[in-house]
Amino acid sequence: MSETAAPETAGYNFAYLDEQTKRMIRRAILKAVAIPGYQVPFASREMPLPYGWGTGGIQVTASIIGPDDTLKVIDQGADDTTNAVSIRRFFARTAGVATTEETTEASIIQTRHRIPETPLREDQIIVYQVPIPEPLRWLEPREAETRKMHALADYGPMYVRLYEDIAQYGRVTTAYDYPVLVNGRYLMKPSPIPKFDNPKMDMNPALQLFGAGREKRIYAVPPHTPVKSLDFADHPFTVEQWDECCAICGADGSFLDEVITDDRGGRMFVCSDTDYCRGRQIAKAAE
Amino acid sequence: MTALTLADIAPFDDEAPLLAVAGLVKRFGDRVACRDVSFELWPGEVLGVVGESGSGKTTLLNCVSAQLQPDDGRIAYQQRDGRVADLFDLSEPARRLLMRTDWGFVHQNPRDGLRLGLSAGANIGERLMAVGERHYGDIRDAALDWLQKVEIEIERIDDTPLTFSGGMQQRLQIARTLVSRPRLVFMDEPTGGLDVSVQARLLDLLRGLCDELGLAAIVVTHDLGVARLLAHRLIVMRGGAIVETGLTDQVLDDPQHPYTQLLVSSMLQ
Repeated sequence: MSETAAPETAGYNFAYLDEQTKRMIRRAILKAVAIPGYQVPFASREMPLPYGWGTGGIQVTASIIGPDDTLKVIDQGADDTTNAVSIRRFFARTAGVATTEETTEASIIQTRHRIPETPLREDQIIVYQVPIPEPLRWLEPREAETRKMHALADYGPMYVRLYEDIAQYGRVTTAYDYPVLVNGRYLMKPSPIPKFDNPKMDMNPALQLFGAGREKRIYAVPPHTPVKSLDFADHPFTVEQWDECCAICGADGSFLDEVITDDRGGRMFVCSDTDYCRGRQIAKAAE
Repeated sequence: MTALTLADIAPFDDEAPLLAVAGLVKRFGDRVACRDVSFELWPGEVLGVVGESGSGKTTLLNCVSAQLQPDDGRIAYQQRDGRVADLFDLSEPARRLLMRTDWGFVHQNPRDGLRLGLSAGANIGERLMAVGERHYGDIRDAALDWLQKVEIEIERIDDTPLTFSGGMQQRLQIARTLVSRPRLVFMDEPTGGLDVSVQARLLDLLRGLCDELGLAAIVVTHDLGVARLLAHRLIVMRGGAIVETGLTDQVLDDPQHPYTQLLVSSMLQ
């Protein structure tokens, strides 16, 4: 398969990782899929980019990608930011796969911080880059103890945190990486996506894989699995809302970024999902 | 196959001990902290454990409350449904559940028993949330109710215990422990480190709550005054062994063992 790679990557295996490493990661992925939300340890490799840039997600993608796949990479919803461009080019060069910016065209979507607005399908896989996989980490520093808490489904302390938020601020202030319970069993960090995207994870037809390179953990949400954001019976989970619509495409149901346009207080709200926004502009122009 | 009869699902038995300790031994290396300790605790009974520092009182309490694994001996506990189980045969989840529902532990230093970074309300609500309470309003109401019970102004519900006085911290610890309506409370020097007037108020509160809730308790103390006020029955320990046991007034007014006599005579009058 290396014949598809450009000359400067000759000598590298397909999709950069060697086959034994991919096998090891696939085993971890299979285990993760079998136990939704459970963090499976894996022997994370050094990747040719720094930790924090998506080494976990890249290893997962490298292990599942085939020559026929079409890859889309987004960072904060955008296809044209540094991370997204670098990772997309990395796989274009090392695997020679087709890349796309369109959500509907992609078979694998690697993401940082967002889930696309366009609903995903059963034949798609979404790979999340995860900085800190352990939802209980800031409540309990000991790894042995957090594992025990997961084993016993001892998630009371997480609710104590929500209680404190409501008592102090009248609402839960966690706005991203909002903890979820997967399949009614494991507490999971959904990676730093806004809580706006949490409901999209619930019963999603696509396979959702999470890779944390530095922390050496892989976890997964299989298709059509219930994912519930933690809340209290009398303080139900809610998502962000905006008074504005997207200034470019006029969408009122998408996640909006606030963009500062000058130094005199000028600002605009635009869709964070660039592909979704572009799709709507094209549809509008066609009318 | 025989049908399950009523006798199989034994209801809680008031006529049987709540906790029965038999032949408990705990060593730390060559040092024996508890040697062959046996006693029973009955429902609603407050048992005082007295003795000088280093006599094995706290080790005994830690073993009986399943925080330390004893080297030998059995601790049988009658659960809410009447079944009697050896503590160390119970699975870890069952033991954890016991620790946060049926049992309570009041530490000498409230800082060991409280979460200082959390508000008073969260401290009280923690046990409720740990056993599955998911209604914010109910948790809040329970916290307010217990703050009143332990005589802390309800306006302080969102303050952290760091801003509380020592006596208030100790009372908060008691509220946090009793909120799950335990049947058995372990107390390690509950009034240690408090000044005398605060001690008296706390003892009064504890005695009232024990009566009101029908709590059984094991109170470890070196203060015979505390023991006389709180405990129905006394165990006197020395060098890791029980030297004398009996009703509190009987032991304190008519001590039989020379060590107990020494202890009683050294009490400040």
